[in-house]
Amino acid sequence: MNQTVPVSGPHVHISMDVPTIMAWVIVACLPATLYGFYQFGWPAISLFVVTISAALIGEAFALKLAGKSLRIHLFDGSALVTAWLLAMSLPPWAPWWIGVLGSGIAILIGKQVFGGIGQNVFNPAMVARVALLISFPVEMTTWIDPRPLLSAQAPGFMDGLGITFIGIPDVDAVSSASTLGYIKTSVDQGLTLSEILPDIFDPLSAFMGTTNGSMGETSAFFLLLGGLILLFRGIISWHIPFSMITVAAGLALLANLIEPSTYPGPSIHLLSGGMMLGVFFIATDPTTSPSTPMGGIVFGAGCGALEWLIRTWGGYPEGLGFSILIMNSLTPLIDQYVRPRVYGRNRRGTPLKVPGGKKRKDSRK
Amino acid sequence: MKLARTRGGVHPEYHKKPTSALPVESLPLPQMLYLPLQQHVGTTAVPVVKVGEYVRKGQMIASAEGHLSAHIHAPTSGKIKFIADFTAPHPSGLPTLTIQLEPDGLDIADDELPDRDPFALSSREISSIVSEAGIVGMGGAAFPSAVKLDQGSKGQIHTLIINGSECEPYLTCDDRLMQEHADGIVDGARIMMHALNAPCARIAIEGNKPEAIATMKAAASSWDNIAVVPMPVCYPMGSAKQMIQFITGKEVPAGGRSAELGVLVHNVATTFAVHQALRTGRPLISRLVTVGGGAIRSPRNFHVLLGTLVSDLIESSGGLKESPARLLSGGPMMGQIMPHAHVPIVKNTSGIIALIGSELQKDDTRPCIRCGRCVSVCPAGLLPLQMAARIRVDDVDGAAKIGLTDCISCGSCSYVCPSNIPLVHYFTFAKGELSSRREQQRQNDHIRGLTESRSKRLAEQKRAKAEELAKKKARSNNSKETVN
Repeated sequence: MNQTVPVSGPHVHISMDVPTIMAWVIVACLPATLYGFYQFGWPAISLFVVTISAALIGEAFALKLAGKSLRIHLFDGSALVTAWLLAMSLPPWAPWWIGVLGSGIAILIGKQVFGGIGQNVFNPAMVARVALLISFPVEMTTWIDPRPLLSAQAPGFMDGLGITFIGIPDVDAVSSASTLGYIKTSVDQGLTLSEILPDIFDPLSAFMGTTNGSMGETSAFFLLLGGLILLFRGIISWHIPFSMITVAAGLALLANLIEPSTYPGPSIHLLSGGMMLGVFFIATDPTTSPSTPMGGIVFGAGCGALEWLIRTWGGYPEGLGFSILIMNSLTPLIDQYVRPRVYGRNRRGTPLKVPGGKKRKDSRK
Repeated sequence: MKLARTRGGVHPEYHKKPTSALPVESLPLPQMLYLPLQQHVGTTAVPVVKVGEYVRKGQMIASAEGHLSAHIHAPTSGKIKFIADFTAPHPSGLPTLTIQLEPDGLDIADDELPDRDPFALSSREISSIVSEAGIVGMGGAAFPSAVKLDQGSKGQIHTLIINGSECEPYLTCDDRLMQEHADGIVDGARIMMHALNAPCARIAIEGNKPEAIATMKAAASSWDNIAVVPMPVCYPMGSAKQMIQFITGKEVPAGGRSAELGVLVHNVATTFAVHQALRTGRPLISRLVTVGGGAIRSPRNFHVLLGTLVSDLIESSGGLKESPARLLSGGPMMGQIMPHAHVPIVKNTSGIIALIGSELQKDDTRPCIRCGRCVSVCPAGLLPLQMAARIRVDDVDGAAKIGLTDCISCGSCSYVCPSNIPLVHYFTFAKGELSSRREQQRQNDHIRGLTESRSKRLAEQKRAKAEELAKKKARSNNSKETVN
């Protein structure tokens, strides 16, 4: 044999590659997704299929345009994960064009314009979510009350297609305000939380997900399960979820202790809206979050704080997308300043001093 | 003893089981031995024999050139056939001047030295015997050991660390050496402690070698100042910096030497070679080599004469099961590819690893997804992904600013990279680029210095001349005035 091409070590490799990582994210999404299908029935399933298909077509188109290999990039699972997370964060009975437009925004503007996988500054699914929310506030806040599949009120397969592709026949009859939205408007009208909460918030149903909400966001339980899968498989590290939950819950607790009648406590913040999806699946997106553990702590804390601030004093009842996008934009800055200490150097980067050691030129300069 | 935590590291599949329990075997004498004159860090050795000359086993055949170099000795008796270029056991596959020795099969040695007491010798005498024996770091660095001992004897070494961690997968030659020659290693350690005037020694062994730990513990039990330290099983624990941090809790300062901390690290095989040189006068002419990997029919450790061809070694080890996809010298993490099997075993060849396709790293590279796995495994605390991003756009200085020079090339980052980016390849390239740029800069500075001092000198001369002229003029004017 002749080995003419020089190759550096290591010559062996761990088996975890990008498609495997993406596959594990999908596996972790499955419990909450399947539960969402069950809760919201055929319209949710058809919207999901439309969203995923549009994303894959968009990705293939962009890759073709950029002259990149479809074999390597289309099937790496990244477009699938983006679309999957977007679909989970859409109102379950939203019209088909919301899914198509969302996927287009996520894949083309959120990801491919920056140069494709690994190059985007912002989480593509959140770019799409926020763009849709601002552009189509009505469609994006139509919250359907759960109608479990195979139950009497659930639409059949054909009705499901109709809802997705034509429209919801009588919107007001089937929808209601979300927990966070209801709290926001009621508090703004001068009601106290003790008057509002009994009608709208039951911790157990919020935890299990028998409430209205986005297709894959309602069940904190199944999202937590997915999050634990990601943690135990080493797909994500604990730093971002830990600091995000701690800061958001801590601020909520503090405000609630000071003024219990206007500021909801930690359980409402953690169990409602997109919090759990954001904590485990969105904020932990490797590309758009810092690459050091300490940076992750800072990033998570920022997400948690902004999420609480926007929900509490912002114009929208839900601040997940905004808070993550703002922190995404700060990621390069965090990566610049929050770095591990290098072996043999102090925090400032100068070589450690040895008593009696001689002076030397710093190899960095 | 307080043991410190080290950062990062990976847990590759070790594949040590097949060879660690098998006793070391010897090989039949090869037809020809190929001894490159460059088997060490430093200047190439100079041949001191002529073609056609008969040499005895252990006779010096090439002499160290200058301070940083090492002698080379005849591994067996025979005739010098050629002194000519031969392919080096290096990825470049470039030829290097090599002495070819045809063994006569008699293995006639120089007379062995009468038993001498190394503890009656001075530091200087010990290091000169180590130097005479041509001993270099056998763990891979191939740094002349005598130079290291001399450096140590200048500073105050308080701990000698004997490195038996052998953290590279597949390799078990140090493990076998410790199991079979524990007393010799401990003796070598005591000799070096004596030479360095070091009060204590620590023998560091990774926890996945329980037999070696037990035998070394038993061998060291007679001396309270020598202790065996079981190390966590984690790559790259065998890196001197990480080992020093774990055992002493201190870090070697960036750009500094371990001797500044009062610590010196020697590999177990080197330590054993020191023992042999001091006790019996035997120079470094052979070593243990692990032959392993999926392509090898019966993987095990061999006692190999330096200069044996890799192809001969593989042949007499039982041959190949299948054609290897990659042939390595050293372990799979930091080992280097060999151009082909027709290259010799040298002083720092710890293993010949023939990997098959399924054991190899896949070669489809994807874009970086910034997952940070490389950051979390880096034992030096670097951000490999950021260094690589800078090197990609030829910003070598930018990479240096964020730690390129602190990289120990252990390969943990490339090992875990889910996008399979050849990070070490980037860093090796950039380090080469950086050192050539710095060399260029140094030369430019030197030339500028010379030019500046020349123009200064010329200006000085001009000024002196003008002054002289002015003085002369003044004098002649004065004399004129007096005349008038």
